[in-house]
Amino acid sequence: MRILILLVTVFPLAVTAGVLPEERADALYHSYDGGGVKIDGPSILVRKNFAEKFSVSANYYLDMVSGASIDVETTASAYSDERTQTSLGLSYLRGDATLSLNYTNSDESDYDADTINFNVSHDIFSGLTTINMGYAKGKDEVRRNIKDPVDGSKTNDPNFSEEIERQNYQLGLTQIISKNLIMGLAFETITDEGFLNNPYRVVRFLNPDGVTTGTELEKYPRTRTSSALGLTAKYYLPYRAALSGLYRYFTDDWDIEAHTLELGYTHPKGPWTFDFKYRFYTQSGADFYSDLFPRANAQNFLARDKELSDYSDHTIGFGVSYEFLKDWKFISSGTVNFNYNRIMFDYDNFRDARVSSADPSITAGTEPLYSFDADVIQLFVSFWF
Amino acid sequence: MFISEKFKLYLRAIAALLFVFSVTACSSIEPWVKPYERDHLADPIMKFERHPVSSAYIHHIYEVRESARGGLGATGGGCGCN
Repeated sequence: MRILILLVTVFPLAVTAGVLPEERADALYHSYDGGGVKIDGPSILVRKNFAEKFSVSANYYLDMVSGASIDVETTASAYSDERTQTSLGLSYLRGDATLSLNYTNSDESDYDADTINFNVSHDIFSGLTTINMGYAKGKDEVRRNIKDPVDGSKTNDPNFSEEIERQNYQLGLTQIISKNLIMGLAFETITDEGFLNNPYRVVRFLNPDGVTTGTELEKYPRTRTSSALGLTAKYYLPYRAALSGLYRYFTDDWDIEAHTLELGYTHPKGPWTFDFKYRFYTQSGADFYSDLFPRANAQNFLARDKELSDYSDHTIGFGVSYEFLKDWKFISSGTVNFNYNRIMFDYDNFRDARVSSADPSITAGTEPLYSFDADVIQLFVSFWF
Repeated sequence: MFISEKFKLYLRAIAALLFVFSVTACSSIEPWVKPYERDHLADPIMKFERHPVSSAYIHHIYEVRESARGGLGATGGGCGCN
């Protein structure tokens, strides 16, 4: 196993092998609406090849946030309201191998992240098997905004600045099993070191009177290491349609264990392509998570982030693509696409603290468990050159 | 580095697979699915990620709202059909 870890450490991640990525341009509008928050914005992706050996890509992505999540409502914490992400990539094809280098920058008023990743993939056995390896290194800067009590404007707290360093190691294998079946196996380890909690979020605890509650800031460990193993499969049906399946097992040293299962079906008909999807996710919470701590400073590490609780979610998805352009000037194909996903979250030990805040007869720890549904919409056009 | 016992088993399985592939790569293996038999696999509907801009977005949606991360990206590779 040490040899494998060394292999993963020395070599890096994945992309396509023996062939450069498709030359295409996509313009997407995305919208997420759920849990009191609406996030929407555009994403533009362009990929172009040159000299038959190189492929360059550029992506611009914007999130615009409005509304207030349950965290904001219960703790009145301030959140960034816009996130801009830009990525640049270069791939080089040499024989059966593809080498790729990508740089991504994400920028918010209180958070910056830079990531560089290097990937290599190689076809073997006449293209029956593709091996992918990757390494990524990221550096984040975490800040905290404070609100001016007079004009309400937000500025960075001069007394707060933290960092996170992140490393990803990936190993993947794509295998043609038969004329109609292809499978993939991927393993990824991620390590983080630095300030890993949210600088605004608080936990709640019972006061000595045993009835009322107080709050204190979250405190997470400064390191996290996680590992994930994913298995994917795609099967071609006799009447030209495709079935897909995915299972992922995840574990980390915060005691979180998660399972993801996804099933999909793709059905083309003339210029139309229809996609259907069902996804299930479940996780056990972090060992330092509690919805209500028994007292202040109850333990070394404290969290009340619902993403660290025990919970599960289900997604039902539907997509449709229509090819409206074929071989026109330098464009080989153009499609307009619509995707809709409904994600239903059910938390097993995260309670709706708004209820006890609004009604003093309901004591903390007896509120109903929190749940919410989210609508995720994507509308985009794609052109292939 | 933290890796659970269960995961050590998975890793050993992957290491064994890689070892078999690396050893046999030196000999001439007859591909059991010939390049001219891969027309079904080359169909665009068989791509793991048909629309990268859309996949990246939906991965981001889940990554922000779930603790699990990784283990999905390395299988987006081509099938060697082209």
